[in-house]
Amino acid sequence: MSGLRASGLTCIKRDRVLFEALSFSLKPGELLYLRGPNGAGKTSLLRIVTGLSSADEGEIYYQGTPIRTSNTYAKSLIYLGHKTALNSALSAIENLHYWAAQHQVAVATSDIYHVLEINGLVGLEDIPVRFLSAGQQRRVALSRLWLKKAPVWILDEPFTALDIDGVAWLERKFSAHVKEGGMLMTTSHQPLSALAGDHTTLDLEYRF
Amino acid sequence: MSALLIGIAQRDLRIAFQQKSELVQPLMFLLMVVTLFPLGVSPSPDTLQRIGPGVIWIAAILSSLLGLERLFRDDFNDGSLEQYTLSGVPLSAIAAVKVLVHWLVSFVPLLILSPLLALFLNLTLPMYIALLLTLLVGTPLLSLIGAIAVALTIGLQRGGVLLALLLIPVFIPLLIFATSAVDSAALQLPYYPQLAIIGAMLLLALALAPFAIAYSLKVSQN
Repeated sequence: MSGLRASGLTCIKRDRVLFEALSFSLKPGELLYLRGPNGAGKTSLLRIVTGLSSADEGEIYYQGTPIRTSNTYAKSLIYLGHKTALNSALSAIENLHYWAAQHQVAVATSDIYHVLEINGLVGLEDIPVRFLSAGQQRRVALSRLWLKKAPVWILDEPFTALDIDGVAWLERKFSAHVKEGGMLMTTSHQPLSALAGDHTTLDLEYRF
Repeated sequence: MSALLIGIAQRDLRIAFQQKSELVQPLMFLLMVVTLFPLGVSPSPDTLQRIGPGVIWIAAILSSLLGLERLFRDDFNDGSLEQYTLSGVPLSAIAAVKVLVHWLVSFVPLLILSPLLALFLNLTLPMYIALLLTLLVGTPLLSLIGAIAVALTIGLQRGGVLLALLLIPVFIPLLIFATSAVDSAALQLPYYPQLAIIGAMLLLALALAPFAIAYSLKVSQN
């Protein structure tokens, strides 16, 4: 069975059940849009799906194997969380260069320059990222989507701090990725527009 | 391999180079603590020679606590740690390389500075050689054990004092054997047993600490 499958996930935080016996699957060429109010457990669910945290019950399978034992999952995954994972003392180029090395992706410096250029960061490549605006930092973080060829994208609030053009640009990237047979799971407080293509919605409710 | 060499080692060296003040401050602290003793206790050469090894080691432990949090604090706060965890490279290997780089940038300067400290405290040449050897074997131990405590407390706000409270008791055996080695050198006695014990502690820490650090980091992130 290809793709990503979650079965019977339960997550309990501070004696509050965020979700219980939650099952869903994500097949190649699908965009799963996770919706829910603040505190409903969207980030917790995404972190469980990446393997950063473990569920109280249930299991995530990638291509049939549990992600804890899968040795291909890390290679096939890009996760971008709330935090941009950029060191503020390093430049955009350095941050992405070292990130690519950590993830064992072979990219030339010229490729990184090119990706930053198409993401609207010309001239900002080699200044420390702490001097960039929040939206520009987000664009640097999102540039990873162009650098690593991974079928599974898990993005937590990727539109935060992006301007209108940035949102449209990212939605077009989503639809291109899905058309190529990629899998994408994302959350956002603003509804996805038509640019992002077809998507299935998973609703999480706030529970007491 | 390039993941560890370029992605971690080169990156951390580059960050350390960008934030030189964070590296210099613990060293200046060490230097000042050592200078205070001749002023506060007694400037007599005999007294200084007797307390010297202990003073240098205590100052080294205290100053190491100041710089220790750098090891994972920024990576935790900006989310880089999440990306390490998902990179597919074992977290224990990443932790080992990070600790090695931390030792290089924060303790090797101390080793270079040590002749000056020995001069301040009137240590004889055999005492200095013994001190240098204990520092050489003992300071990696400070980095390794310290990294476990940093990984455990990284998720807590204001973990600094807690870090000191956790670590100082753990460093007591190291302090005892290190100063006793230098004392033996002062009496022209062999000090290999003490060095061997510190070496054994270092080897044990080298073998186990990376896994303990990786586990603590996972727990802190969960």
